[in-house]
Amino acid sequence: MSTTTTPEKVTGATIRFAGDSGDGMQLSGTQLTNTSALAGNDVATFPDYPAEIRAPRGTRAGVSGFQVQIAAEEIFTPGDQLDTLVVMNPAALVTNIEDLKTGGTLVVNEDSFEGKDLRLAKLDESPLDDPGLDEYRVIKIKMTLLTRTAVEELGLSTKLADRCKNFFAMGFVYWLYNRDLQPTLDFIQAKFGGMPDIAEANEKSLKAGFNYGETTEAAISTYQVDQAALPEGRYRNMMGNQALAIGCIAAAKLSDRDLFLGSYPITPASDILHELSKHKKYGVRTFQAEDEIAAVCSTIGAAFAGHMAMTTSSGPGIALKGEAMGLGMILELPMLIINVQRGGPSTGLPTKTEQSDLYQAMFGRNGESPLPVVAPQSPSDCFAMAIDAWRIAATFMCPVIILSDGYIANGAEPWKIPDFDSLEKIEITHPAPREDGDPAFLPYARDENLARPWALPGTKGLEHRIGGLEKAAETGNVSYDPDNHQAMCELRQEKIDRIADFIPPQEVFGPEKGDLLVLSWGGTYGACRTAVTHAQAAGASVAHAQLRYLNPFPSNFEEILNNYDKVLIPELNLGQLKTLIQAKYLIECVGLNKVKGRPFAIVEIEQRIAELTR
Amino acid sequence: MSIDLPVLKPADFGSDQDVRWCPGCGDYSILAQMKKALVAIGDPRENTVFISGIGCSSRFPYYMNTYGMHSIHGRAPAFATGLKVCRPDLKVWVITGDGDALSIGGNHLMHAIRRNVDINIVLFNNRIYGLTKGQYSPTSETGKITKSSPIGSIDNPLTPLSLAMGCGASFVARSIDVNIKHLGQTLLRASAHKGTSFVEVYQNCNIFNDGAWKYATDRETKTDNLIELEHGKPLIFGKDRDKGIRLNGITPEVVELGKGISEDDLLFHDEKSSEPSLAFLLSRLRQPEFPEAIGVFRDIEMPVYDEGVNQQVDQEQAANSDATLDELFNSGTTWNVE
Repeated sequence: MSTTTTPEKVTGATIRFAGDSGDGMQLSGTQLTNTSALAGNDVATFPDYPAEIRAPRGTRAGVSGFQVQIAAEEIFTPGDQLDTLVVMNPAALVTNIEDLKTGGTLVVNEDSFEGKDLRLAKLDESPLDDPGLDEYRVIKIKMTLLTRTAVEELGLSTKLADRCKNFFAMGFVYWLYNRDLQPTLDFIQAKFGGMPDIAEANEKSLKAGFNYGETTEAAISTYQVDQAALPEGRYRNMMGNQALAIGCIAAAKLSDRDLFLGSYPITPASDILHELSKHKKYGVRTFQAEDEIAAVCSTIGAAFAGHMAMTTSSGPGIALKGEAMGLGMILELPMLIINVQRGGPSTGLPTKTEQSDLYQAMFGRNGESPLPVVAPQSPSDCFAMAIDAWRIAATFMCPVIILSDGYIANGAEPWKIPDFDSLEKIEITHPAPREDGDPAFLPYARDENLARPWALPGTKGLEHRIGGLEKAAETGNVSYDPDNHQAMCELRQEKIDRIADFIPPQEVFGPEKGDLLVLSWGGTYGACRTAVTHAQAAGASVAHAQLRYLNPFPSNFEEILNNYDKVLIPELNLGQLKTLIQAKYLIECVGLNKVKGRPFAIVEIEQRIAELTR
Repeated sequence: MSIDLPVLKPADFGSDQDVRWCPGCGDYSILAQMKKALVAIGDPRENTVFISGIGCSSRFPYYMNTYGMHSIHGRAPAFATGLKVCRPDLKVWVITGDGDALSIGGNHLMHAIRRNVDINIVLFNNRIYGLTKGQYSPTSETGKITKSSPIGSIDNPLTPLSLAMGCGASFVARSIDVNIKHLGQTLLRASAHKGTSFVEVYQNCNIFNDGAWKYATDRETKTDNLIELEHGKPLIFGKDRDKGIRLNGITPEVVELGKGISEDDLLFHDEKSSEPSLAFLLSRLRQPEFPEAIGVFRDIEMPVYDEGVNQQVDQEQAANSDATLDELFNSGTTWNVE
């Protein structure tokens, strides 16, 4: 594939497809991501779509976007500002243009800027006539017309033909960034092979878009993004929800048991249910319950049964599960409770990301009800975190909360595939049967971790009753004794506190002591790590700590906090981790708080670092 | 080859905990019949699990020397479903009450029944909230005067069996706490049924709603007020067995036998009918217009949920016996970085 100009080498590019939610933008972005990963780039993605399945066509509310950063170096985010923006209609243009860099490339489907399209986007004039567009390199293409022409000979209806225009747009971007068409051609065959006309139409559109660039825009420069120097190994692209699902399957096998998921559909967690439903051959049982409460209650039933049990949801669903989570805590049965956080409160912003359920995870239950809380930092980290969380749950006999978020859940990045045999096993023992005359079984006796025995129904001689009423130490019988209640509350707290010595110590990226520590948790990892790297390169005395264990905090955490003059905590909430840390360690921290349903831009964190290290 | 298995007695199914129901509570009788039934069923203690919600009846598991879980209000069927799906080898009983099952837990009851999970649900119906000291329940009669309805409740009562039938229940029965022989037999029938068995037990709360079922338990009146269902038999009742239920179109009516009406004119009970309408109709017979039916209303075969779940898993595992985790990890498009 030759172009008349030599491509310009760039270290990376951030590209966004934006169009109507029916325009296939998510598909275009995903294909560009996969193709780029196969070309050896590092990639990170950010899908951004409306809560409505098909908001009124052509309106601003219906705009769906998919952003990907492709890079020749290791990256941690899908990028801040866009190098290239593809818009399929006026609504997409006006809602996305402010993210395009000055001098960036704007690719427009010119055919969809007619009067009706403008009216749907509530515009009086075509934004293409706005003189402000002069600061960009604007490439107007009659995509609808060209796509129809490309597929003309197949005799498809106009409606079907128009559906192919996302492949045309894709083809053009592939040309612009010198991408190989083959992986997407393979994808088309795999996905549409059963419908030869559609497959061929999509192929023709993809090629037409590519050829259009090559023949008509030959004067403009294209780009080359070389391979990134990732650690050696075999890779695949991994989305956060998928990684949690596969991590849980692995955790179940590592602990030699079947996996049970009780779940109720909710955005943005449902993909974990979808993924696990596919893997029955690995002994996975999925139960789509009648509601969130039944989902968590069935999970507790499965934990009692001896399975690796888990439930998945998002904030509103976790609120409904609260009572049962408290029961899981007092029963002291192991299970995972996954919250893929979204914008709140209440129904909030279902398809947008936020980190505002940390208080809920910590305190969202009645009574003294401590639960461990962990948070993966990126899509691929979800795999490791699922295994870690189950190891904690099974070792300490308690539910463990995993706080993911919409950004991690739907984002993708390369995952270095491990050998299953290289993963550390999770040893679990269940008490053995007893005969008449053996000493009485004590279901609430304690081991060195203060964990109680996990006795499985069906085991002779271990018959016992568990429940939500306060229990006497050791026997587990109902007890209303005041001193016993105090002792049991303290014991359950002490058990969770001791997990601090079980988890790895907190690591710091950068100087051990200095002016500023940037402290982050969850999906803000990438933006914070990148911002700190930049600030360090500019000579600032700044380090970064990514907190993956939020309750309890790692045992060396206080010492680390005291090694810096200031602590900056960027969070997609109004300061929840900051409050926890200030309350526990009496250290004043600086918050950087954003609740716009969108992740941090690197530059937002860089600016705050600069202000604090000036 | 014969092995001498230890023969369990009812007392062997009792735990070491003191039973704390009020003296005279109907729950004692149900507990006693359950222990006897478990002896007759013959499963080892360790293979039986009792799961309950919240309320007086839900203390039941603490008094049984089996596995047990006293869970949260209304949710017992959901816990039982999770347990049974993972461990179809266990016998799972759900113990619940009218408030627990029909008010806060209505949703879970409905879905356990329509899925036909292989569990036995025993609903102790005393038509009152006992543990919270006497508010009206979803089965309290309209006009009921209680602490929370001082000039009479306005709610229409639910008929638990009609609800179960509406969910497509495969086994539906009713018995009475003091009718101990009938209750024991009903529990055995419920246990023998594959799928969800739903049993309503009229249970007297002698503290907050004493005499709620007097018409069905009083020696003088019960034969006129109850009709005992028997499969394939006509619906006859009365002290002298001289009254019956006949269908007039699709409307039931009480008729006197003799005077030109013979047994053949009466409605015959068919608990095996795949069509639930007649069983539903029987569940609608209420005092004082009609005698109320006890016994097994419905007992049919239907696909069982937990079996279905496990069949899918077994089939997938059998068809992919060489599936490895490495295969899962490496699925989709992969590439090497060297």
